[in-house]
Amino acid sequence: MTLTKRIIPCLDVKEGRVVKGIQFVQLRDAGDPVELARIYDQQGADELVFLDISASVEGRKTMVEVVKAVASELAIPFTVGGGINTLDDMKNILRAGADKVSLNTAAVFNPDLIREGASFFGSQCIVVAIDAKYDNELGTWRVYTHGGRRKTERTVLEWAMEAEKLGAGEILLTSMDSDGEKNGFDLSLTKAVSEAVTIPVIASGGAGKAAHFAEAFIEGKADAALAASIFHYKETSVQEVKNYLRMKGIPVR
Amino acid sequence: MIGIVDYRMGNLFSVSKALERLGANYLISADKKELLNTDALILPGVGSFRDAMDRLPVDTIKEFAETGKPLLGICLGMQLLFETSEENGLTKGLGLLPGSVRRFPGQTKDGGSYKVPHMGWNRLNFVKPSPLLENLKEDYVYFVHSYYVDASNSDVLIAKADYHEQVAAVVGKDHIFGMQFHPEKSSQLGMALLSNFLKMAVEREAVR
Repeated sequence: MTLTKRIIPCLDVKEGRVVKGIQFVQLRDAGDPVELARIYDQQGADELVFLDISASVEGRKTMVEVVKAVASELAIPFTVGGGINTLDDMKNILRAGADKVSLNTAAVFNPDLIREGASFFGSQCIVVAIDAKYDNELGTWRVYTHGGRRKTERTVLEWAMEAEKLGAGEILLTSMDSDGEKNGFDLSLTKAVSEAVTIPVIASGGAGKAAHFAEAFIEGKADAALAASIFHYKETSVQEVKNYLRMKGIPVR
Repeated sequence: MIGIVDYRMGNLFSVSKALERLGANYLISADKKELLNTDALILPGVGSFRDAMDRLPVDTIKEFAETGKPLLGICLGMQLLFETSEENGLTKGLGLLPGSVRRFPGQTKDGGSYKVPHMGWNRLNFVKPSPLLENLKEDYVYFVHSYYVDASNSDVLIAKADYHEQVAAVVGKDHIFGMQFHPEKSSQLGMALLSNFLKMAVEREAVR
């Protein structure tokens, strides 16, 4: 089939600036979101994800402006997540020009939000983001919320399946164990979730080089892979990653 | 002037921004008189077929179609142009193009399964000449949909894509066109397709 694997740069946006941390902490400034979006578009990014990690209400308002600015310039899809708690929050972000919204903490505590969003905007608009961390005692991955700060009772596989049933169109799966480490995606996690659901899964957390993307697609069975810092700090480019994947016979745009 | 049909569903913003980038004047409206006065109509769409049919200004669109001015349905907007869809039970569409919309089975003939929605960048295969495809080369465009029109029995096929099934990607008959993917989100080829559609509106105006 000629459906290509997607490479998705992710921009963590705080108060209007792109930042990046390691294992969700130690934030560093990584540039202007609109400028980075433009660069990634030119490099052949298939999509963009913006995660709003602003702490303040002012920061959230800034995000709507950022979304508008990006939407005016780009002709590729983009997803916005972070701080989306209500149907109205979804409306505001989609109206500002986002193509999809990503729900995380709010959906865990109010799963009905997925159903409401999907029935109002369509499943294709609703991405459910899951922050996953392996629990040795439990022998499986647990769902974390609040930007990875809070452990929940839910297991990742069950939550992913429930999210699909509620109408999620896609799962954005971040491995907290691998995030920022650049040692590769968590392949067993990615594969487990990808096989548990029939909607696309975006692997996230741990990309360090082009070969990691190939692993995520082949062993991890991911439909898309997301990365932030290796693109922001120009350790590799979307183009380089795609050239590598093409060489490996993986279909890319 | 290009009209974008507003029926309170879908993301009108991305379509309107794309038109702005192409330098086209447009209006977003649900008003019959306003829409009938435009040179070309775009029917965008995100959401479910039945909800859309409930909210659409059906008479306005049918009347517009009779004027011979170009009409373009995008994504769900394309599906609405056909006779029926099996989404949420069998629902009647606008019936401007022959054919029906069905759900991706998600299963191959040999028992394998594949993911639904068809989401991501897929290659367009041009099937027959159309003013929409003028001077364009086959390339990737961005799809996101769970229902599709089967390309293998479509009389109105202009371009198709392969996702386990043969997907009607660009359809058209006379001045009525549809695109299953999102041209406004499909980078250069998407913008070029929209530009060709706009050209039809302009040329028609010049002849008149």
